[in-house]
Amino acid sequence: MSILINKDTRLIIQGITGRDGSFHASKMQAYGTTVVGGVSPGKAGQKIFDIPVFNTVRDAVNETGADASVIFVPAAFAKDAMMEAADAGLKLIVCITEGVPTLDVVNACRFIRDKGAQLIGPNCPGLISPEESLIGIMPAQIFKKGGTGVISRSGTLTYEVVYNLTANGMGQSTAVGVGGDPVVGLYYQELLQLFQDDPETDSIALIGEIGGDAEERAAMFIKEHITKPVAAFIAGQQAPSGKQMGHAGAIISSGSGTAAEKIAAFESVGVPVAKEPAEIPKLLKKRR
Amino acid sequence: MKIHEYQAKEIFAQYGIPVNSGYLCHNVEDSIKAYEKMDRPTVVVKAQVLSGGRGKAGGVKLAKDEIELRRHTANILGMNIKGYTVDRVLIAQAEDIAAEYYVSYVVDRNTKSTLLMLSKAGGVDIEEVARDTPEKIHKIPIDPFIGVPDYLAREAAFLLFDDIAQVKQTASILQKLYKLFVDTDASLAEINPLILTPEGNIVAIDAKMTFDDNALYRHPKIASLFEPTEEEKKELFAKNKGFSYVNLGGEIGCMVNGAGLAMATMDMIKLYGGNPANFLDIGGSSNPNKVVEAMKLLLSDKNVKVVLINIFGGITRCDDVATGLLEAFRQIDAKIPVVIRLTGTNEKEGRALLAGTGLHVAETMSEATKKAVNLVLAQ
Repeated sequence: MSILINKDTRLIIQGITGRDGSFHASKMQAYGTTVVGGVSPGKAGQKIFDIPVFNTVRDAVNETGADASVIFVPAAFAKDAMMEAADAGLKLIVCITEGVPTLDVVNACRFIRDKGAQLIGPNCPGLISPEESLIGIMPAQIFKKGGTGVISRSGTLTYEVVYNLTANGMGQSTAVGVGGDPVVGLYYQELLQLFQDDPETDSIALIGEIGGDAEERAAMFIKEHITKPVAAFIAGQQAPSGKQMGHAGAIISSGSGTAAEKIAAFESVGVPVAKEPAEIPKLLKKRR
Repeated sequence: MKIHEYQAKEIFAQYGIPVNSGYLCHNVEDSIKAYEKMDRPTVVVKAQVLSGGRGKAGGVKLAKDEIELRRHTANILGMNIKGYTVDRVLIAQAEDIAAEYYVSYVVDRNTKSTLLMLSKAGGVDIEEVARDTPEKIHKIPIDPFIGVPDYLAREAAFLLFDDIAQVKQTASILQKLYKLFVDTDASLAEINPLILTPEGNIVAIDAKMTFDDNALYRHPKIASLFEPTEEEKKELFAKNKGFSYVNLGGEIGCMVNGAGLAMATMDMIKLYGGNPANFLDIGGSSNPNKVVEAMKLLLSDKNVKVVLINIFGGITRCDDVATGLLEAFRQIDAKIPVVIRLTGTNEKEGRALLAGTGLHVAETMSEATKKAVNLVLAQ
């Protein structure tokens, strides 16, 4: 088992005719993801690597029985793409696009919730259930099937942690990059609960960063609901206040959202916090 | 992106929110001319800088006559407030205040919505109120599909006032402020304080707005108000090249792909006893020109003694980064030692390209960081 996606997931790609969309379509297909279609308005009938292209998400869903979508459209069109996917009945929507206006995401989240769908991202690397399905832009070769669930606000930092897990013989059940923006879809609490309920997940690595108080909330949630071992890493201890560190969401505002507060919150509920990413496997092994 | 109080007040006024706008002045003579247009003798001189804490820094003063006005204006102009030099002041009528309130809209990560925040504890540092007496702040999540209907605006206004005339005025302000917030893609629209005058009028005597950088492309008028500091100009230059940069003042220059990994790299330098010179995320592409530009940016910081490059190749291909680096060193005659860690897609090809170049090549993040710190200590 895994969470959110597995070998039965049938994926469409919104923005498949674009540079990033087509590149990652080939990567996902090569990994074994069941990519059943692509969407690009006005380009129905074309094929990208044998993947049929449709004008609308609704057409794609009707023709292919897709149940998930990944979005590669430019930021100005991302809100519309997310809403189109939800309205066509897709239950999992993964938005890779970076730089989407925050109020667009607020509106899209509201719409997606109404439609009973789930959103991952925007501004995220996507997710992977190793040997089953890859949705997004993660480098597949570093992952290995196993029992550690990975939740992260970052892309390359996730790869760093996964690389260390795999090197230490600890495979992953599913790894999810939730995205680096202030407002994104599924977050720590929902994913922690999914991993807690997944019989194949035996431990959880949580990779947080400065900004907001989601890590503090996650710590409280772990205390009350999670019995599986969790280890954390928090990036941004050296970040100055008031400066945005790459991710739109990674900013310390008036002394709150600091790494120190987040580390203290995890430690107070018995979740060990790694000093460097390479420490995560050791911390999880000790507690497994 | 932040704007000045006087600019925020102009936007408020366009939306019909009662503000005491006053006059913007760049020198003492201007302030005297403004003073002559005022009805009453007492005015307030307010520093216009893109930073909070103006009052505490001495940048807001009451003047009872022309002599005091001259003195305060002269003192405040040129003053340094949190790194910003004051080059203009706002001269406004000093209002009589019966009570002060706090009102704002802000994007809330947890409810994934806009939050209306109100408090009777206005006129003071709201972060202090939030920390010491959080029960004094009311928070109302706004449904983006509904906005702020009359009943909700009234309900919120009743949290601050009992008098129906005051409730009506406030409810109208709350609706206008929400419309303005959404129309401009703000991330914060704050009135602190919103005051009640002895005559029973509700007036915004301060205004603060921050905008979503990701949405500025659809608000060219607001985007044109951007006043970058020297540091922000450097950041902006980096942004236009496709990466993000923040100066941190240390001696180890970092070039990393990905924001999270870049932050973790800074942290690790500190953990191993060094000081990071900067945050620099070169992003996901593997365009060799980007590496050249990033290297130039790093080396323009004269504090940098060692450069640490940490690349985890996912989409970024290690051989492309290596090619870019070789090109960069052909273009820039740098004597500075460079430590490079390459892992991931095409790592072997990348390392092979760099073999025999005099660069310090490492396989893990820990190894690379240790090497960089030791190289600084050896100098």
